[in-house]
Amino acid sequence: MKANKPNVLILRAPGTNCDFETAYAFELAGASAERVHVNRLLEDPSLLDRFEILCFPGGFSFGDDVAAGRILATELRHNLFEPLHRFKEAGRLILGICNGFQILVKSGLLLADDEAQPKATLTWNKSGVYTDRWAHLTVDGGKCVFLKGITSLYLPVAHAEGRFVGRDEAVLDQLQANGQLALRYVPDENPNGAERNVAGLCDETGRVFGLMPHPERYIDPTQHPYWTRLEHLPEVGDGLALFRNAVEYFG
Amino acid sequence: MLWEIDIFAAGNQVDRAGEQAACDARDLGFSAISGISAARGYLIEGDLTAEQVTTLAESFLAEGVTERTVVAPVGDMSLCSPFGTRGTVVYVLPKPGVTDTVADNARRAFVNFDVQATGCRTFKKYWIRGLPDDQVRLLASKLLANDAIEQAVFGTLPFKHLQVGSPYDFKLRTVPIRAMSDEDLQNLSKDGQLFLSLTEMQTIRDYFASLDRDPTDIELETVAQTWSEHCSHKTLAGRIDYSGPEGNIHFENMLKETIFTATVQIRKNLGPADRCVSVFADNAGVMTFTDDYNICFKVETHNHPSALEPYGGANTGLGGVIRDPMGTGMGAKPVCNTDVFCFAPPKYDEELPEGLLHPRRIIRGVVSGVRDYGNRMGIPTVNGAVYFDRRYLGNPLVYCGNVGLIPVDMSFKNPLPNDLIVAIGGRTGRDGIHGATFSSAELTHQSETLSGGAVQIGNAITEKMVLDVMLQARDRRLYNAVTDCGAGGFSSAVGEMGEEIGAEVALDSAPLKYEGLSYTEIWISEAQERMVFSVPEEKWPEFKALCESENVEAVVLGRFKPTGRLVLTYNGTVVADLDMRFLHDGRPPVIRQANYVPAPAEPLAPRPEGDLHPAETAVSAGIDTDSLADDLEAILSSLNVASKHWVIRQYDHEVQGGSVVKPLVGARCDGPGDAAVLRPVITSRRGAVISCGMNPLYGDLDTGAMAASAIDEAARNAVAVGADPSTIALLDNFCWGNTDRPETLGSLVHASLVCHNVSVGYGMPFISGKDSLNNEFRPAGEEPISIPPSLLISAMGQVPDAGKCVTMDLKGAGNNLYLVGATKNELGGSHWALVRRLGGGTPPSLDIAVARRTLYAVHEAIDQSLVRACHDLSEGGLAAAAAEMAFAGDLGARLWIDAIDLPLDAKQLASLAALPGLSERVVPNVMRLFAESNSRFLIEVEPEKCAAFEKIFADADVPLTQIGKVTEEKRLVAADGETKLIDLPIDRLKTVWIKPFDLGNDY
Repeated sequence: MKANKPNVLILRAPGTNCDFETAYAFELAGASAERVHVNRLLEDPSLLDRFEILCFPGGFSFGDDVAAGRILATELRHNLFEPLHRFKEAGRLILGICNGFQILVKSGLLLADDEAQPKATLTWNKSGVYTDRWAHLTVDGGKCVFLKGITSLYLPVAHAEGRFVGRDEAVLDQLQANGQLALRYVPDENPNGAERNVAGLCDETGRVFGLMPHPERYIDPTQHPYWTRLEHLPEVGDGLALFRNAVEYFG
Repeated sequence: MLWEIDIFAAGNQVDRAGEQAACDARDLGFSAISGISAARGYLIEGDLTAEQVTTLAESFLAEGVTERTVVAPVGDMSLCSPFGTRGTVVYVLPKPGVTDTVADNARRAFVNFDVQATGCRTFKKYWIRGLPDDQVRLLASKLLANDAIEQAVFGTLPFKHLQVGSPYDFKLRTVPIRAMSDEDLQNLSKDGQLFLSLTEMQTIRDYFASLDRDPTDIELETVAQTWSEHCSHKTLAGRIDYSGPEGNIHFENMLKETIFTATVQIRKNLGPADRCVSVFADNAGVMTFTDDYNICFKVETHNHPSALEPYGGANTGLGGVIRDPMGTGMGAKPVCNTDVFCFAPPKYDEELPEGLLHPRRIIRGVVSGVRDYGNRMGIPTVNGAVYFDRRYLGNPLVYCGNVGLIPVDMSFKNPLPNDLIVAIGGRTGRDGIHGATFSSAELTHQSETLSGGAVQIGNAITEKMVLDVMLQARDRRLYNAVTDCGAGGFSSAVGEMGEEIGAEVALDSAPLKYEGLSYTEIWISEAQERMVFSVPEEKWPEFKALCESENVEAVVLGRFKPTGRLVLTYNGTVVADLDMRFLHDGRPPVIRQANYVPAPAEPLAPRPEGDLHPAETAVSAGIDTDSLADDLEAILSSLNVASKHWVIRQYDHEVQGGSVVKPLVGARCDGPGDAAVLRPVITSRRGAVISCGMNPLYGDLDTGAMAASAIDEAARNAVAVGADPSTIALLDNFCWGNTDRPETLGSLVHASLVCHNVSVGYGMPFISGKDSLNNEFRPAGEEPISIPPSLLISAMGQVPDAGKCVTMDLKGAGNNLYLVGATKNELGGSHWALVRRLGGGTPPSLDIAVARRTLYAVHEAIDQSLVRACHDLSEGGLAAAAAEMAFAGDLGARLWIDAIDLPLDAKQLASLAALPGLSERVVPNVMRLFAESNSRFLIEVEPEKCAAFEKIFADADVPLTQIGKVTEEKRLVAADGETKLIDLPIDRLKTVWIKPFDLGNDY
């Protein structure tokens, strides 16, 4: 056992629903995870000081009413932006999965607004409906801490509002050149019509990362959609590597 | 000031809502339509400046990157045709008082912008082009707005304020029942929507006469709720005089003496090996699971509400059944959902009877209602089925199930005298007033206006918040009992929990959504997302603080006072004072006649010209050639068999991280899995297996055969993926027509008697059940349309090591294929008969002893890892199963079907050979390929494991035939000797199977 396990704060809010399995994935990767209600953080932002990793898990925060992740993102933007920004500047890690990714983007924690305008968003799937399916993913560049050493992944997506849209081509070009469009769907498996097949995006430091696919849903080999066909069952699912990377960053 | 914000897709984005509406409008026959533009929007009331509202619109309510907005006071000209939109304007708004969660949540978030709005409501807005005004109005009522919950406004919004409700003036009402004649009583029951029989009304009258007083209105309502069909199951749990093929039987309590008795006998037989923990007692049936956890399962129906408002009905149907495990014992954590739907075909193009919604609209609404509740709650929806029959036109069936996990030492509840009665969760409004009594009534073309208040809209996040705090409170042991507020609202919840103690409730303490509710409305409201707890007084402060810490509203409603009475007060005035014994035991027994005569055995014969079977759909056209390949294609593309991916993909089936066997399996993740497997305890390898069985087509011939086949199918499906048959528990859901008719009730009793026999024979106990009767629709001035008898059997099995599970997709070329079980002359009710437009015939029989041995033998083979793929044979028989296995595995199969023995005498052969397009040569092969005989599986085995595999079946004395091989070449070939009866590429088979039931994105 490692001497110092990194502590992970799994932030939950009304409608968060992937907090248990995400905490479990971090624990399996060697971290110590704690599920904390956003009200506790609003009451006492210094809670963050105890943690090395902050994770926004999947779900439907506030029902995704208004737009996916919008209400919680607005809450963070107005009431916790400073402490969260300090957390990020202190060299710690922030991960957003699915609804967490939507919250990271819409709160401005992942991409800072310029002239008060957001650079990108996650919006309705091209199909207009919620979709649960698996997709093959490729990693672009080596900037993202969570994707270190990973070239490809096979993970499930399950969302209605996961289509990544940049404000314009210039913004997309810049993000791509900067290595921030870190995780992409294999082109013919893009489940939502995301521009440039973006499945996951990191900030300029590579320490803040959001993705629509669910790495915590492929930890055990029997979560693979056709594991009963596989000649050699892997020891663990592809998703665990992301959590291990986060833990090892502090190792 | 009342402000309006219109939100449009930005110029570079597609107007998805507009395009979808235009496409749906054309679908409904509005061919003149030239286009629809759509916007979504918010009405915001308050003392606000234009600048403030613009900030809300641009920084919060709209998506800056993909949307654009218009902001103006309601009625302003700038709202008429922003961004060049043209056409007749239609606003669609939720009616006042209807739950509008988006508006509620948005308004709360306005504080982040230092904006205090006094009201907020969402709307949809359409600009319709190409239709005259009267057509626009028709379109609005047929497509855009559902009158049960929404209002359409044409042109400009006429209102200046959003307030809902007005102050309530308390006035205690009594009902002079003692002076009423029988006719008065009947009118009171009907006009007051009590839906009680005359005998019941007389009992109430006599009771109050003996007390020397008249009841208050709330007392009468309380009795009606408690005695409703929904709450007391008085028909099936009542006295029935039955005559049928079993002879004459008198039941004191029909359900107890059939289904429940089976469970009692099985538990006795098993002795210490009994796995039942709590059956037919709590809100869900509870079984043992791991050392630490028990597992519970409940399946409910929400048919009548779904007929009126499909989205809200299905939404709250699932939301309601989730609260059943939550309200079982000391509260279970929901781990998966199931959903089974019965609809009229989506391509229904005849004139719709007045008062009905088009099946397409019902299908879309129901599917999205279940989706939005299950997905938001974070509960995977893992298993289900969809059946089509025109008789479901006025009565769609919506079965929703939920499985929960409950700590072993918290599986029972025990409310104590003097505990506080605490309600948490959603507020109380006029939602669903009369839902419990309404579900006992026949739907008529007036139901929509008469009972619209019975429709409810759910708020999944409120329920999720309740669940979050409930599990914490449970683990801190802050309460002694919990139950859900379902049909009947507080009335049922408090009445049930306080039945043995007594209760006193102050109705004015319930938090309300808006002013103006009477004390009776508060008591019987079926507002969603409420749970009632029995909390010891000393734990209340901690309980309350916990709820407050997560923004869940909790209030003390009253106390379980040990008086044996139900006392209700409003602002200190007693409004009801009833004896619990009268409430729960005072109902006069309903005595009904039931008789059952199975349809006379008739040979298969062509249906008369023009006499469509109600389950026939456009794609299953009649075939009269001897090309059995066409039959297979027609069966695969019939709606009951066709892929349900359009539904499945909209449901999150993997949240909670325990998914093992998903609903879609195979090399391309699109094969139809037999059952779902999940590991609900994330740290354990133990799997829960969830499956179902149903076949209304057999019920037209013999409801007993239907019941036996449904149980066998549910069990086969569970065993096919690896469930140990000795762990399987069953649930029954009877949806039937009007059981006031002796022959309709008789067909149900007959099915119940068969359920008893099969359950005992299999050693699989029933642990829970629910019925929905009177599923008939009466069009104005016409004969009622009854649904076919529709018995859903749900099964929950277990597998000690989920890693041993198998799936139905073929795995490797060169492997052998075995047919398990005997094929018989059983084509009655089959899908082959359906696509050939044949009536009559013999439905599948069940040899209980052989069936049981078969299930155990298949399980042993899977447990010993001898099986590579396993699929049960159901609709479409061997041919459909083989085709599905082949295309799911992206491999081919070659079957030599002449290896299958057939018990077929010369007379039967000659009779069948005389059917159009058939011959004596082809008849036996029709039977081999398409008969739907029970207790059969198709299994793939690697060559080196065949000897061990065959030995298991020989030892068990179960028929086993090696009938084919898996091939590299991607074709399905079925041959009789040298003659190829079917020779089709698997891509072709998959295409005809995958396309028919896809209602998505067809614009």
